[in-house]
Amino acid sequence: MEAQLKTQQEAISFDKLRKQQRIERIEAFINRMVRNKAALVGGLIVLFYIVIALFAPFLAPYDPFAIDLANKLQAPSLEHWMGTDDKGRDILSRILYGSRLSMGVGVVAVLFGAIFGVIMGMAAGYYGGWIDSVISRVLDIMLAFPGILLALAIISALGPSLFNVTVAVGVFSVPLFARIARGSTMEVRKLEYVDAIRSLGANDGTIIFLHILPNILSPLIVQGTLRLATAILSAAGLSFLGLGAQPPSPEWGAMLSNGRDFIFSAPYMAIFPGLTIALLVMGCNLFGDGLRDALDPRMKS
Amino acid sequence: MAQEKVLEINQLKTYFHTKRGIGKVVDGIDLTLHKGETLGIVGESGCGKSMTSLSVLQLVPDPGKIVEGSVRLNNEELVGKSEKQMRNIRGNQISMIFQEPMTSLNPVISVGEQIAETIREHQGLNRKQAFQKSIEMLKLVGIPSPEKRAKQEPFQLSGGMRQRVMIAMALACNPEVLIADEPTTALDVTIQSQILKLMKNLQKKLKMGIIFITHDLGVVAETCDRVAVMYAGEIVEYSTTEELFRHPKHPYTKGLLQSLPKLYEDQEELQAMEGSIPSPFKEHQGCKFTDRCPIAEDSCHQIHPDLKMSSDHSYQVRCLFYQEEKELTKGMSSV
Repeated sequence: MEAQLKTQQEAISFDKLRKQQRIERIEAFINRMVRNKAALVGGLIVLFYIVIALFAPFLAPYDPFAIDLANKLQAPSLEHWMGTDDKGRDILSRILYGSRLSMGVGVVAVLFGAIFGVIMGMAAGYYGGWIDSVISRVLDIMLAFPGILLALAIISALGPSLFNVTVAVGVFSVPLFARIARGSTMEVRKLEYVDAIRSLGANDGTIIFLHILPNILSPLIVQGTLRLATAILSAAGLSFLGLGAQPPSPEWGAMLSNGRDFIFSAPYMAIFPGLTIALLVMGCNLFGDGLRDALDPRMKS
Repeated sequence: MAQEKVLEINQLKTYFHTKRGIGKVVDGIDLTLHKGETLGIVGESGCGKSMTSLSVLQLVPDPGKIVEGSVRLNNEELVGKSEKQMRNIRGNQISMIFQEPMTSLNPVISVGEQIAETIREHQGLNRKQAFQKSIEMLKLVGIPSPEKRAKQEPFQLSGGMRQRVMIAMALACNPEVLIADEPTTALDVTIQSQILKLMKNLQKKLKMGIIFITHDLGVVAETCDRVAVMYAGEIVEYSTTEELFRHPKHPYTKGLLQSLPKLYEDQEELQAMEGSIPSPFKEHQGCKFTDRCPIAEDSCHQIHPDLKMSSDHSYQVRCLFYQEEKELTKGMSSV
């Protein structure tokens, strides 16, 4: 009984030790990120956008859907920081609310692409042979299409909506993730510990998801962050073409498209959504690059 | 011998079918492992030691295939079993320890969880129980403060410690047969002797049979009861360890022993064996060792010798001149 208590106490103190070690490791990671100024700026931008998306209802000064024709097309002022659009809606409020749509589409599309891509890529890399050939050829075909064209084709088949844009953008992210997962899996599969674990009776599922996936995660995370920028941009682009979010939804691409007609009389209608998109995409890219440097074991000193 | 047979390998042939032709990597091996016994398999790189062990586990990599022969575990045929049936046997009844402790553990999972996983796979314990058991296993292989170590990742352990973890993993389910593929090659000598001692103690405790694959004759002398010397996919000599070291019979075994540095003699230079092992893709008519054999004659190029059993059944040799040799050594020893 006493001995058991002692082991328990020991276990608790070791738990603490382990937590401490984990914190130390996270700190080291953050240190590396902070030393890279560009990555830090990128990370702060992304964080800023996430905060906006989460707290949009509290931050927005007006209802983004409230039409006020008396105050339409007003230039930026203290009352309307970014002016109003052709129906008198506050542009700032619309951008704040729109962050949820644009970023949501981006994140979901990347997750969609990553999940399917990783499964396909790992299957190809792990089993090799004809499975690899079939999957790789399918990926080659997908890569042969220009991304936006493939997305257009998918949307014209499914009909224009924000959800279909998400699917379309996700689909053309699949081959990128699949190729990275395939290459990394092939590399890890040859390592001795995979043989060792197989000789102890592990099945393919265990080997793939428990032993290979955690080891190939970092290039996938980096690719995911970089891909997020492209996904947001593509989704905005598709909405700009009228294939995604439908009015009156405050999606950034749709707002940009709407502002196009007033580019000479009320340029702020297009400028602000455009700037918003550009800043976020830049943030994602800087952050992704920084993440890649921080996670690359060869860069560690 | 009254001992119980655990593993029996009969005329095992593992061939690689490639565009270059057929590579006879394992070419008709017969081995028997008894309960609680250590059987050594020695030979230089590429002689088929490791492929023999992978064949036992039915884990021969593509394009290799077991084309003939049988592997019996407690009189149960393993060749031809389905992948699923084999998975139940691997790690449970037959386990394997690999050569490189540095790369044989998953770098991103704590060692305790890695051991626990094997236990869960075979014994159906839940996560917590399995983890407890893995701590017990770490204690068994002599790792200090196992509760702490179980939660650490492989990079936080030294080479010797990792090999202990590998052993703990392999023994977690009380296997009847343990295949150790050069388990001490990557370790320095002091750690090596610790690991060997540990394996011996555990063998006594758990009563398992060990197949010890190595190219280190010193390790063989220390650990094995019987030894099979392999050359180019075949067994050329098979006897007790004592007999092998005292009276080596096959010219290859003699060469191997001669190439060891001698402790009590002044040696001008180390004797090395000329040449290298023939490619498994080469067709042989006669004895595979002729190219390097100091006593080879014309007949050796023509006739492929069988593995001959001695009259008292204590050893086997694959050499045409073995009879004469035996008389020769007898004659010499009586002088």
